[in-house]
Amino acid sequence: MLMFIIRRLVQTVPVIIGVTFVVFFIMQLVPGDPAVLLAGEGASKDTIEAIREQLGLNRPLYVQYFDYLMNLANGDFGVSLKNSQPVLDEILVRLPITLELALFSILITIVLGMGAGIISAVKPYSMQDVGVMLVALIGISLPSFWFGLMLMYFFSVKLQILPVAGWDSLLHVILPALTLGAGGAAIVARMTRSSMLDVIRQDYIRTARAKGLRERLIIYKHALRNALIPVITVVGLQFGALLGGTVLVESIFAINGLGRMIVDAIRMRDLPMVQGGVLFASLIFVIVNLFVDVFYRFFNKRIELN
Amino acid sequence: MEKVIDKKVLLKVDQLKQYFPVKTESIFKPKAFVKAVDDVSFELFEGETLSIVGESGCGKSTTGRAILRLDEPTDGKVYYSGQNILELNKKEMRKLRGDLQVIFQDPFASLNPRQTVKQILNEAMAIQNVVEKPKRMDRMLELLGYVGLPPEALDRYPHEFSGGQRQRIGIARALAVDPKLIICDEAVSALDVSIQAQILNLLKKLQKQFQLTFLFISHDLSVVRHISDRVMVMYLGKVVEIAEKKDLFDSPLHPYTKALLSSIPVPNPTLKRERVMLTGDVPSPIDPPTGCRFHTRCPFAVENCKQVEPALREIRNNHFVSCHRAEELAQ
Repeated sequence: MLMFIIRRLVQTVPVIIGVTFVVFFIMQLVPGDPAVLLAGEGASKDTIEAIREQLGLNRPLYVQYFDYLMNLANGDFGVSLKNSQPVLDEILVRLPITLELALFSILITIVLGMGAGIISAVKPYSMQDVGVMLVALIGISLPSFWFGLMLMYFFSVKLQILPVAGWDSLLHVILPALTLGAGGAAIVARMTRSSMLDVIRQDYIRTARAKGLRERLIIYKHALRNALIPVITVVGLQFGALLGGTVLVESIFAINGLGRMIVDAIRMRDLPMVQGGVLFASLIFVIVNLFVDVFYRFFNKRIELN
Repeated sequence: MEKVIDKKVLLKVDQLKQYFPVKTESIFKPKAFVKAVDDVSFELFEGETLSIVGESGCGKSTTGRAILRLDEPTDGKVYYSGQNILELNKKEMRKLRGDLQVIFQDPFASLNPRQTVKQILNEAMAIQNVVEKPKRMDRMLELLGYVGLPPEALDRYPHEFSGGQRQRIGIARALAVDPKLIICDEAVSALDVSIQAQILNLLKKLQKQFQLTFLFISHDLSVVRHISDRVMVMYLGKVVEIAEKKDLFDSPLHPYTKALLSSIPVPNPTLKRERVMLTGDVPSPIDPPTGCRFHTRCPFAVENCKQVEPALREIRNNHFVSCHRAEELAQ
């Protein structure tokens, strides 16, 4: 198991380097010159040229890229073009906020999704199944920016029981986490249902019934544990989608997290900031995937052996 | 050689019906049903092995499942020790399940892949509470001994065993609760022929040892010939013939049984045999033929067979057949 984790960790290195490469060069393709933006409108050519010189933007791209990589290796993420603050400092302030949001969202995804999936699978093709799956379909179809606004309107403006926006207390977490987790919950619900239905038709479920085991135990002990494997995979993937979603949700609910930071940085052509932000986001994703793999092995004894 | 069976009825199946609704093309059409088991009645005597044979889809497995209420039957009665088990509530039924056990065809699908052999056996004993907790370990080792598995097997998972070994685990599991009746649903069909023989002999040995009654569901006539005391032949959800094994194999009365028996391969190329070949396919169980269900493929069918459904009649001693022309054809 330890060897497996180490091997997986080593495998993440090329992934991270790949991410830096893509982020670096994509930012070059984005129209707009950071030097011009920094100098402000109507600045003289000389000023712009001076800023370029100062930031090293006049060097060839590959030199800039290798320079960037070398700095990264030393833990130096560069300084923001906007306010000359170290990128890492800014990220370390923002990251916990996004992580908290993501964690609550994935919790909602798992609890709501699996709960709904089980309810559906226990009585397939019944009214409760059709109802739950209809809600899940709506959940998948709703765009999060609209769903977020609707939640905000209903709970904060009309009922006034939850704060509209911001990030101060646990109450502030509820709406954004719900917005972010709802789509994933719907997907997990459908996955849980189909996976459970698959397992419930197996002979060992019949065997369990024939033994005289209680239905509740059959569902939770025999069926759910076997049905969980594909669900875990989906939850892991969903976490990636969720990180992308933070960009939107943090903007809607005015949360100063990593997602919003990246959006702002892109707007300002603040290259080091964008690179740092995206790098961290992908790091989280890679780590989560690693967790999923380890968990998966732990859960499926057969994989461990092969 | 023949085992003497005292004719004490252990299980009596009376007019059992199992219909499954199927999707119809239009909502205006009446709901259609697959009549998987249609009016099946038979008795099972204590200590005997009754085999149910027939081709795929004839309802033999469905009959087994309906008896155990793994699928709730549509209609009929199933008496076990004089009690109609279809009327029992959930709690009473759970208790009774200790007496009635089942072994499935696929030894890969019938064991939970996430439980060790110990957990599998232990759970069975715990539910039915047949053995007190401190004695369970000894009992598990004893069970493994009965089915010919080493004690080390306890801590392993099903995927670490071969097909034959898994089937032994399945048998140990069934035995764990001290059953009276075991329904073997194609219990050896998924195994290699050499392993089949081992498992069949094991079943026979255990039957003797624990006075078990077997309802043995199979499509393999050679296997049936090896293990049964009596044989019941099914076709399209109906019983066509029931008789003592020797009687049935030596002098079958129903044309379908004759065709079925003549399909057994004989490992002797010089032997000339008369083969009864059937034409056509099995008709759909959604809309079965009128009269005798076999008339569409029967070489001896007459007008009467298309109109009137034959009842199961005792033609010889303990030899029941549902064919209008059974006496005629027997000569």
